[in-house]
Amino acid sequence: MGKRVGMEVAIASAEAAALCKFDVAAVYPITPQSHVAEHLSDIVNDGRVDASFITVESEHSALSAAVGSSATGARTVTATSSQGLLFMSEILPIASALRLPIVMLIANRAVSGPINIWNDHSDIMPMRDTGWISFFAENGQEVVDMTIQAFRVGEDRRVMLPVNVNMDGFQLTHMVEPIIMPDQEEVDRFLPPYVPFATLHPDKVVSMGTLGMPEIYAEAQKSKDVALVNSIKVVREVWKEWEAQFGRKYEPIQSYRTEDAEIALMTMGSMGETAEIAVDELRKEGVKAGLLKIKLWRPFPFDELKKAVKGLKVLAVTDRACSFGGPGGPVFSEIRCALYDVAKRPKIVNYLIGLGGRDVQVENFMDMVRRAAKGKLSEPYEFYGVRG
Amino acid sequence: MNTAIKNPKNTVESFELYAPKLATKEEFFVGGHRACQGCGEALAIRLMLKALGKDTVITNATGCMEVISSVYPTTAWRVPWIHVAFPNSASVGSGVEAGLTALRRKGKIADRRVKSVAIGGDGGTMDIGFQALSGAMERGHDMLYVCFDNEAYMNTGIQRSSGTPFLASTTTAPAGKVVPGNQVWKKNLPEIMVAHNLPYVATACQSYPIDFMNKVKKARKVKGPSYIHCFVTCPTGWRSPSETCIKLGRLALETGIFPLYEVEDGKYRLTVEVPEKRRPVQEYLKGQGRFRHLTPDQIRVIQERVDIEWETLMIKVRNSKSREELRAPRG
Amino acid sequence: MMTEKKWPETWQEINPGCMVFRPGNASEYHTGSWRAKRPIWDNSKCIKCGVCYIFCPEGCITEGADGFFEANFDYCKGCGICAHECWPKAIAMVNEED
Repeated sequence: MGKRVGMEVAIASAEAAALCKFDVAAVYPITPQSHVAEHLSDIVNDGRVDASFITVESEHSALSAAVGSSATGARTVTATSSQGLLFMSEILPIASALRLPIVMLIANRAVSGPINIWNDHSDIMPMRDTGWISFFAENGQEVVDMTIQAFRVGEDRRVMLPVNVNMDGFQLTHMVEPIIMPDQEEVDRFLPPYVPFATLHPDKVVSMGTLGMPEIYAEAQKSKDVALVNSIKVVREVWKEWEAQFGRKYEPIQSYRTEDAEIALMTMGSMGETAEIAVDELRKEGVKAGLLKIKLWRPFPFDELKKAVKGLKVLAVTDRACSFGGPGGPVFSEIRCALYDVAKRPKIVNYLIGLGGRDVQVENFMDMVRRAAKGKLSEPYEFYGVRG
Repeated sequence: MNTAIKNPKNTVESFELYAPKLATKEEFFVGGHRACQGCGEALAIRLMLKALGKDTVITNATGCMEVISSVYPTTAWRVPWIHVAFPNSASVGSGVEAGLTALRRKGKIADRRVKSVAIGGDGGTMDIGFQALSGAMERGHDMLYVCFDNEAYMNTGIQRSSGTPFLASTTTAPAGKVVPGNQVWKKNLPEIMVAHNLPYVATACQSYPIDFMNKVKKARKVKGPSYIHCFVTCPTGWRSPSETCIKLGRLALETGIFPLYEVEDGKYRLTVEVPEKRRPVQEYLKGQGRFRHLTPDQIRVIQERVDIEWETLMIKVRNSKSREELRAPRG
Repeated sequence: MMTEKKWPETWQEINPGCMVFRPGNASEYHTGSWRAKRPIWDNSKCIKCGVCYIFCPEGCITEGADGFFEANFDYCKGCGICAHECWPKAIAMVNEED
């Protein structure tokens, strides 16, 4: 079942979308996402999937067209990075407010100023308030699996929300990795056809995107928030089903060697693999190190986090984005906030790493752990490895 | 059938008097909407929907029409309708078209044609929505775009747009002591749409309802992109009495300020005849408070420009050939 | 105003996406109270052309079985377009207070 292939991860993500038999793709190219856009159009123009590919003229139009398409009941996919995500950001909260299960593949890339096409998380972090479900993939296999899971979770009648799948630009998108590509029959079993809640069609007339006066705006927001919070139950359920069918396990927070750990690193995305090696090396030296890897960012996995940090004395959260002038990196701020009321919680410290594609090596992670153990960081957050 | 009743006080119309009875009686845009009294745009929407019929999906940009028609939990629309944001009715509409096309082709929805129609004001079309409009039209979607042009950003308080005419007073280009209103000429968006090589481009006005509805029907039949630029009166923004809504549209035509024409496959044709001797622009301008600061010299400048633009259009009407006509003869 | 659910709705009641599933239910909102003047038809002058009907922005003028027209005063905003456009001047705008 499934075929083991060596495939560039960006291409693989498009292949995964193809297995989901999308109806419409509306994509605008941007480095390092372009291979996703290009391969989606190859798939459509070769007739491998019966779909429309809209060569939109901007990212704002890409997500706008995706909203229009999804509103008719078409299974819709889009993709972007960095500046493109910021350009379409006006539409992100509208897509989630309209409860449309659009899937967006994001090749995470640094946000300009100065312009930089390499990988970090400064594009997705400003979007955490927009009401989308957010997965973070660590490797090519996860990219493929999460793309398929995204359609399944978003389209679930209990959820009806858009989902973004985050894969590190270049670090993942342009790597050729060994991936077990599910076959069509397996995906057809896992992912039922999309049955929309409401569609734009004269046979059942509906008005979407109405004006919300102050009397009901707050209720509309609460309704959306509850939907996003409750979707974690569906995510857990879908991930259990995935494990049963495909044999690969997914958890909102994946722990590595934390059973007896005193100090742990926390990562999101592809850096997890490097951090794992660092943990192994530290263990050889007798350091009781561990690693927590966030796979589900939204809805925020409170319960899993509280379990994961039990027994830790120090947690070194690594952020790949800076919240300028703020109380710390985005992930760090949220982790600290989430654990504030927990009586026995670790000391939480923050490193900003890998900004703009800066390489982070095993030795760097080991150094981060040693210094965190000694309490030797700049407060409240440290730009790791910055000269000067 | 010209049944002009001679009344020197009224403007002369050439108008098929009993034609209103041929329009479908069904209302797809209902009373209860919160438009101002005498709103030309609301009237135009009502007429457009009669011509489109029920197998239509409307994509509406943010603006007057969206706001007054869709206050949750009510809607004035009796056809499927979506509003997303301000600059993107054309791109959302192109997504609607792509979705409906794909779903129909794959047998997931009923096998009959449902037309995607995107609408917006002059702001949402000519300015902030320009990119999305150009993109959607050049990609060839089977979509009609209708711009309702009342010559300013009316919904936000009558601010200047690229559709605002020369010297009109708006709240961001007001007739002040030093600068007397808008300092540039109106952007010609129908011409820009013609340059996109669309199968069908037309101008229309709520004051010529049958002409407008015929153009909407024609555009709906096109299997590809089409564009209608509908000039509509805004009594609130133009500072004109609500009851002169229709009259002002007629005067815009009869002065040559807003001619009604269509461009099919590249060939220009006037669809409503303008009297040989056009009315002086002064007759159109005097009925509107947004022009009340105009001096005789300024009116002369406007008259001259209107004459030039009219002649420019007439050259095209007289000489243009359709792409079909231009194809080299075979054999 | 709303006959379906009590207004204002709770967060549990609000339609997903603030969608409205009752096409044309704006008709429950009566704009007739905006009026300062109302149109009155003099059927002896009316030529039954339908111009008043076609030019009403509210779409509230309807043709009766007898072919004459009248406005629905639940919605008529008194803009005066019908009276202004009427060819034989069969419509008069009369103050509301009278």
